[in-house]
Amino acid sequence: MKFITIDKKDWAKGIDKSRGTYQLFGPVTDINGCQIKALDADVQPEMEYTDSVLSAKSVLFPQSEKILVTSLNEADDDHHIMKRADGDYTPRAVIGIRPYDARAIQLVKMNFDTEDYRDPYWCDAYEATTFVGLAINKPGPLDFSTSTGTGPFSEDGLDILLADMDDKFLAKVLTPKGEAYAAACGFNTEADAKESQVLFDVMRKDAEKTISSSVETDKLKDKTILDLYEAPFWDDVAFSCINCGTCTYVCPTCWCFDIQDENKLKASSRFRNWDTCMSPLFTRHATGHNPRGEKTMRVRQRFMHKLKYFLDKYDSGIMCVGCGRCVKSCPVNIDIRQVCETMNNYEKKE
Amino acid sequence: MENPYLPYPVRIDDIEIATEDKSLKTFKFVFLNEGDEEKFAYQAGQFAELSIPGVGEIPIGIASSPVEKGFVKFTVFRTGVVTSYLHNMKVGDIMGLRGPLGNWYPWDKLEGKNVVIIGGGFAFTTLRSSIVYMLDPANRSKFGNIDVVYGARSPGMLLYREELYEWEKRSDINMHITVDGTDDPDWKYNKGFVPQIVEEKAPQADADTFAIVCGPPIMIKFTQPALTKLGYGPDQIIMSLENRMKCGIGMCGRCNIGKELVCKDGPVFTLEEINMTPKEY
Repeated sequence: MKFITIDKKDWAKGIDKSRGTYQLFGPVTDINGCQIKALDADVQPEMEYTDSVLSAKSVLFPQSEKILVTSLNEADDDHHIMKRADGDYTPRAVIGIRPYDARAIQLVKMNFDTEDYRDPYWCDAYEATTFVGLAINKPGPLDFSTSTGTGPFSEDGLDILLADMDDKFLAKVLTPKGEAYAAACGFNTEADAKESQVLFDVMRKDAEKTISSSVETDKLKDKTILDLYEAPFWDDVAFSCINCGTCTYVCPTCWCFDIQDENKLKASSRFRNWDTCMSPLFTRHATGHNPRGEKTMRVRQRFMHKLKYFLDKYDSGIMCVGCGRCVKSCPVNIDIRQVCETMNNYEKKE
Repeated sequence: MENPYLPYPVRIDDIEIATEDKSLKTFKFVFLNEGDEEKFAYQAGQFAELSIPGVGEIPIGIASSPVEKGFVKFTVFRTGVVTSYLHNMKVGDIMGLRGPLGNWYPWDKLEGKNVVIIGGGFAFTTLRSSIVYMLDPANRSKFGNIDVVYGARSPGMLLYREELYEWEKRSDINMHITVDGTDDPDWKYNKGFVPQIVEEKAPQADADTFAIVCGPPIMIKFTQPALTKLGYGPDQIIMSLENRMKCGIGMCGRCNIGKELVCKDGPVFTLEEINMTPKEY
């Protein structure tokens, strides 16, 4: 495994150099707080950020994405015949993605890249992307990532992992994609691999030590779906929920979407947009019947999906990476850690 | 399928009003591109997304049968934005078809077995596909007795009436057509709700008999006890579910019942499987 040191004085220059071959995404602050966005040519990623309001999922899964186009003008030869919308799948790099967000992308991949179907929009974007992670030296109070199969120095899903060492970055190059990106930046000051790994391990342990928050998930697997579904606590969990959907939008692992057509004169486009299981419209049949018509049912669906259905279906842990965004953003203080604990400790009374 | 969101272009070849109240129409589509029909190879019980550019998509069971070539057929109830638009479209119009989607009735497992088909109202589309498939000369010998209980509100609300009356005359299929009520003095079939006719006319269960049930929730609710009374176990009752769908390929996240996705793991489940999942349909 190769390590590179990057003097912070050379950082911006290297990033700029890579713009020739890569479209860059990274953390920038706007009026809505810190976001992971496409970087304009004169904008550098803000590597001092603590956390972004929204996760990095939009790099591969935009909030709104044009997927198909056609003409509704009957004078055109190919009117009403849909075609894939043009997309830019030239190399892109997301700089400063947090390790838990990179892990989340691996979980989302299980949904979009399956044995039966490959979602071409998500997968093409994924293949075009190099993930340059930034380790978290000082995890925030809501970070519980070490108990969800990732952590502040986790390498899962990353091509490069950067550790901030005050005046420099120490970069662990994890994949050929990462190597290509480092070369495009001109970062080539190799560091001693053994020494660097020791440094990484020390920093990782220090960072993990400061994480005080965790979830227990060990007993979820042995419970049946129906026992948890029929458990008596869901009304209490959902009581304060206002179904705003914020938790689903800020969540790095929420992937549900809607498909809608939009017309401008005779040009028609089909879009996919982020959707939320918190909305009654999400499941309402054309007849008006709604299998998840009550608020409690929708709240239960969200937690059951993340903490039980996903676990049972993929056997890859829960569908939560412990970023703490939903805990922080929820206007009525619903806390997935508490819900997880309630579910994990629930025993059905015979 | 290279891009599972991209529909095959089709032309509306024929439109038939299917019921006396005109709320259902049967659309016959032909594929515009050579080779697409082969790519669309389907089994009885599957569905597809009817895709109208500029309007949207709807998941609808395939009413034509795999043994019918050269076209595909769908019978559509006018109820929402897309179905209303479709009902106003004309022969010759171009639209899209995405599929086939979902699983199908377990034809492998049903080989050599007696099959009881139970349908109500306009949930008879994939059942029609199944009956035509089983009655095909190449397939009929693969199955034992075939019984069909099919009911609607009134004679004019029965789908595929011509075919029903043809099947009624055959000796290799036992038809039990019924209506909730009629004032037609010449009505020579049953009168009564589907669950009641099932109890009276459907064969007793044995290890080699399976029931396929498709209908409105109220019919399903009351047909289950009737079948149980006849001795059918939950693994012998096969059902097709419906839920709101968008992608149809198991990705958009809305149609799940527990960890099963109705669009991809279904729409066909045995009652035994459904009993293990939350009833969110």
